[in-house]
Amino acid sequence: MKNVLIIACRELRSFFNSPVAYIVLTVYLLLAGYLYFTQLFLGREAEMRGLFELTPLLFVFFVPAVTMRLIAEERRAGTLEVLLTLPLTDWQVVLGKFLGALGLLAVGIGLTLAYPFTVSKLGDLDGGAVLGGYLGLLFLGATYAAIGVMASSFAKNQVVAFIIALGICFALFLAGKLVGVMPRAIAPIVDYLSLDSHFQSIARGVIDTRDLVYYASISGACLFVAQQSLASRQWKG
Amino acid sequence: MSENLIQVENLTKHYGSVRAVDGISFDVKSSQVVGFLGPNGAGKSTTMKILSCYIGPTGGRARVAGFDVLEKPLEARRRIGYLPENNPIYDDMTALEYLEFVAAVRDIPSATRAARLSEISTLCGLEGVLGKPVGELSKGFRQRLGLAQAMAHDPDILLMDEPTSGLDPNQIVEIRSLIREIGQRKTVILSTHILPEVQATCDRAIIIHEGKIVADGTLEELRRREQGNRYRVVVEGPTPDEARDRVRSLEGVLGIEASSSDGACTLEVTASAEGDLRRPIFRLAVDRGWTLLELRRDAATLEDVFRKLTRE
Repeated sequence: MKNVLIIACRELRSFFNSPVAYIVLTVYLLLAGYLYFTQLFLGREAEMRGLFELTPLLFVFFVPAVTMRLIAEERRAGTLEVLLTLPLTDWQVVLGKFLGALGLLAVGIGLTLAYPFTVSKLGDLDGGAVLGGYLGLLFLGATYAAIGVMASSFAKNQVVAFIIALGICFALFLAGKLVGVMPRAIAPIVDYLSLDSHFQSIARGVIDTRDLVYYASISGACLFVAQQSLASRQWKG
Repeated sequence: MSENLIQVENLTKHYGSVRAVDGISFDVKSSQVVGFLGPNGAGKSTTMKILSCYIGPTGGRARVAGFDVLEKPLEARRRIGYLPENNPIYDDMTALEYLEFVAAVRDIPSATRAARLSEISTLCGLEGVLGKPVGELSKGFRQRLGLAQAMAHDPDILLMDEPTSGLDPNQIVEIRSLIREIGQRKTVILSTHILPEVQATCDRAIIIHEGKIVADGTLEELRRREQGNRYRVVVEGPTPDEARDRVRSLEGVLGIEASSSDGACTLEVTASAEGDLRRPIFRLAVDRGWTLLELRRDAATLEDVFRKLTRE
């Protein structure tokens, strides 16, 4: 566990040593703030739902931008060889990188806490729903980040990692929007797989074990694939 | 400690249909500097990567400090310091941050960490650049930082893949003397295709060609075994023909060429590696009443050996 944290800290520091963190955070806050507040003033209701509804789509773009370099860049620069010959297990490396990315997302999500604070001055805000929504954002971010780590573990190049991660995240996001037009036989499956439907219930303030299991299993599966992809260097030609 | 720190048995690595390493075996004892020598693409780096537990072998075994690289990779890695080819380092960290990161992962206790890091920075001559981002370091300092990384935990075994590539001649001399210094206490394996590097730093050379070991021994042994000895003799007195016939009858002579100039007769003698022909030649000259002007024994150079072994 100590080693996981060492890697996570190194990743976080490396995010903030490079412009990536600042660009991603700034653009995310600008977009989220603009889209949320225009909607808020039109709706004339003190609530955070607007933010929680747009974030799944925004994250489809921002999380892969954060995670794309994690493994792909190390592979390109060769530092992966140093990292993987230190006394670390592949799992520690994968989890460390995942937590590092999640740390950056948590900073981004944390900065939006200014919104509910502002809105609560304007009117009555449902604290429970806000808390649930923020938890949901973290779970959602973690799932996207796990997908991103997996994509980065396949790719030799950051751009490829970005596109793979974006494709998978977008497909999971889109699945929720398409449930209505799916044939009745597969609609429940698509609905189950979609990130959106699970996020919606958490965003309403309902924390359901089924949703948690969903997020945990997708994240776990992706991180497992990432670990296997690192370990494949042992036997691959 | 006289046990074998590195044991490699019949190690094989295939990349697709290419046999990068093809059944090599060798042992390395402690406190030895071994040069892994071969043309580009001979399988040096692949062997280093297997020993450092970065990639797994296709067949055979490799043990480092008694730990199998496939079964106990973490134990093996704890005892190894590894400097990969091209010395990749995180460019976005400062030299000190990088060493601190490595020290933390290497489990150097935080109480002694600062002392250890300053010790290693002094040894590697990094004191002046610790605060600089790695991306801004010159190649020489970068290489020193790579060495410091590899030695941070005071490992028994150091693996260095082309440690001096891309350095200028002054830096090369510095890094080599650093390696020699380290080699007095540690087991060092360095791979290179630069022959003088092996001559300058190594006790023993393993020459590898197309994935196979073609020679293994101390530098002196290699030169002798592969090429035998050459003698240059200059005598005054006999005709070239007489001198040639007399010397040829000595034991161990394989070939001889004679020429004459300025009244002296020059003989180039090739002989087997065993024995020393200088005494019989001297006695022959005394017996025949020749004046011996020059008598010199040359061992084949490592270049000769290397070219001969790796030309096929």
